[in-house]
Amino acid sequence: MSDDLVTDILNPVEPFLRSDRVPHIWCPGCGIGTTVNSFARALIDSNIDLGSLALVSGIGCTGRVAGYVKLDSFHTTHGRAIPFATGLKLANPKLNVVVYSGDGDLSAIGGNHLIHAARRNIDLKVICVNNLIYAMTGGQTAPTTPDHSTTSTNPYGVFEASFNLPQLVEAAGAVYVARWTTFHVRQLSRAISEAFQKKGFSFIEVISPCPTLYQRRNKMGDGLDAMKYYKEKSRVRHGAPTSEVGMTMTGEIIVGKFVDRERPDYQTMMKAQFHESLGERFVEQTEMVCS
Amino acid sequence: MKTDSEAAVLPKAGHHSADPHTADRPIAVRHTADPRGVLTGIHFMDGDHACCEGALAAGCRCAAGYPITPSTEVVERFASRVPMVGGTFIQMEDELAASITLQGMVWAGAKAFTVTSGPGFSLMMEHIGYAAMTETPCVFVDVQRGGPSTGLPTLPAQADMMQARWGSHGDYEVIALCPNSPQECFDLTIKAFNLAEEYRVPVMFMMDEVVGHMSEKVVIPPADQIEVVPRKHTHKSVEDYLPYATNGDQVPEMAHAGEGYNFHVTGLTHDERGYPNMTLAVQDKLVRRLQSKILNAVDRITMTEEEQIEGADVVVVSYGITSRVAQRAIEAARERGLHVGKLRLITAWPFPEKKFRDLAAKVKAFVVPELNLGQMVREVERAAGGQAKTFAVSHAGGGVHNPEEILKVIVEASRCQTI
Ligand SMILES: Cc1ncc(C[n+]2csc(CCOP(=O)(O)OP(=O)(O)O)c2C)c(N)n1
Ligand code: SF4
Ligand SMILES: [Mg+2]
Repeated sequence: MSDDLVTDILNPVEPFLRSDRVPHIWCPGCGIGTTVNSFARALIDSNIDLGSLALVSGIGCTGRVAGYVKLDSFHTTHGRAIPFATGLKLANPKLNVVVYSGDGDLSAIGGNHLIHAARRNIDLKVICVNNLIYAMTGGQTAPTTPDHSTTSTNPYGVFEASFNLPQLVEAAGAVYVARWTTFHVRQLSRAISEAFQKKGFSFIEVISPCPTLYQRRNKMGDGLDAMKYYKEKSRVRHGAPTSEVGMTMTGEIIVGKFVDRERPDYQTMMKAQFHESLGERFVEQTEMVCS
Repeated sequence: MKTDSEAAVLPKAGHHSADPHTADRPIAVRHTADPRGVLTGIHFMDGDHACCEGALAAGCRCAAGYPITPSTEVVERFASRVPMVGGTFIQMEDELAASITLQGMVWAGAKAFTVTSGPGFSLMMEHIGYAAMTETPCVFVDVQRGGPSTGLPTLPAQADMMQARWGSHGDYEVIALCPNSPQECFDLTIKAFNLAEEYRVPVMFMMDEVVGHMSEKVVIPPADQIEVVPRKHTHKSVEDYLPYATNGDQVPEMAHAGEGYNFHVTGLTHDERGYPNMTLAVQDKLVRRLQSKILNAVDRITMTEEEQIEGADVVVVSYGITSRVAQRAIEAARERGLHVGKLRLITAWPFPEKKFRDLAAKVKAFVVPELNLGQMVREVERAAGGQAKTFAVSHAGGGVHNPEEILKVIVEASRCQTI
């Protein structure tokens, strides 16, 4: 049947996407779509129950991911994906909750929530697409924008220090921290699968090109040039001390799995505490009563 | 005391604890409270604690908060009670977080609330808008203190009334209730949760420091006498479900995360599928529905307490703690032979505009004491539309009115010429 042809060439990640929402808004050469592909592959590989999966985004180009995945998905407010996700997880511990958002969303306006969720070790999988810029609003400086690069709000060059996100979340308490680029699609996918196996706050940073704003303004070429740069300048250093993985504008990009440690997550700690303090009087949360 | 028709259908035990709307209508199943959350008995407790008990009785099992005087006792009690009832409290890093964490809790199936006071309420505005836009049923408790800014942390005010209505950007409607006693903090908190579920709207529970901290008798009825409104959960199949389609009554049905519906929720303007759609037509339809689902139901939502309105020259309009101070002034005025009616707003928003318009045609004047420099009085004046005079009795907050001040204005208002 001629239809078979269509099915045969079906991209394996397509069942995870809302086909009724294409075309998407992302620019040609943008890395966000690539990360979604790796994410979908991780869902296939980790055999995760899709019905139990909820995806939460903040606001930004990356924040639009929530609108394209065929999952229970929440496009929240700027910076607040993590606290919303925290609420989902607390009220229904059976959910697998993924936070998928941009560097600005997660580390600037949402920075306080990021460190506190890591500190509490809430069982969330955070995928941070770091394009080193506020893209959706037109290329302004983000906390991650490297020194010397030019942005619309630092037209003479960025002079403030930038965040090293892996170091930040490790210090705050994350149990799993990895960084890959959009060149490393398989490694990224594997990292996401691995994070699904962990209980606790997991953080995966994906260095991703924004050709339209960051690359262009900094004369770094298009999406393809970004791939070349990622290929040539990335160095895999699993277990690298996160203090050594800070990003520069044109230097080496250290990638790999930096942190993989065990620490009881928030809900495990909470239950243990209530058992200890309340004994028989502790009533475990079951199905919520309102439906 | 004569209450208006709506307040009158409230049941015997705990006078606001059942839902007059559902009581009016033939309903197949009567949903009553889960007994595990109901502390049946006669108590002596303050308004903050009574509010917490009301939430538990209403079926609320999740809360997110951030400490702030004079509201903290609500969540402190919740934190100590809820592990024995089967639920969760989390103290978040700030009110920005608390006000959206609770919405995550709701979309996972829980009834949830957050509790704050002025400075925290200001931070929560973003997510009152999000709840309105995404139609997330939830309750925001604001135990009002003197402002602006840090103001008077331990002293009362009623100066967040307009913020409760207009604080987030864009056009939207909320419901706001104003308890005037610890008993009402219990009864009306249940009501707040019920309204939130029925209309899928954020409900503002506008307490004040005095009501929050005063201790009085609070009667908590048996669970089977407390009516609760369950989640408006869809019965549709995954294939047929449209998250923001309405079924005549303008309130869409909900699904929860983890049930297989694969639905999308966004604060962007969205169509019936929940998908972003930034066309003027979709914006117009959505925002008008968010407004009309509440405004078309004003009569059903409105609760007032009325006394000697018939034949009154002057009607004193008040709410919250001020209504109890005003009572003294009203009685003193009656002793002087003045015809003074009382109208207490139990629901502040949506404002019962028509009720006031009709009343304005019959009385000379409204006297509106409130612990602010003139907020709800603007609504009264607007609704009166020039048919009756309106007198504000303002107070900058930090204490309550001296009844004498209110009495003086009542006397002045009684003397005024009918317009
Ligand atoms: C409260 C608030 N402030 C500002 C904005 C405007 N805004 C939208 S997206 C964005 C930055 C997004 O940057 P990032 O998270 O890095 O996402 P990207 O677009 O780069 O993927 C900003 C500032 C907003 N939507 N809400
Ligand atoms: S502006 Fe940049 S980040 Fe946004 S879609 Fe375009 S390329 Fe991607
Ligand atoms: Mg960015």
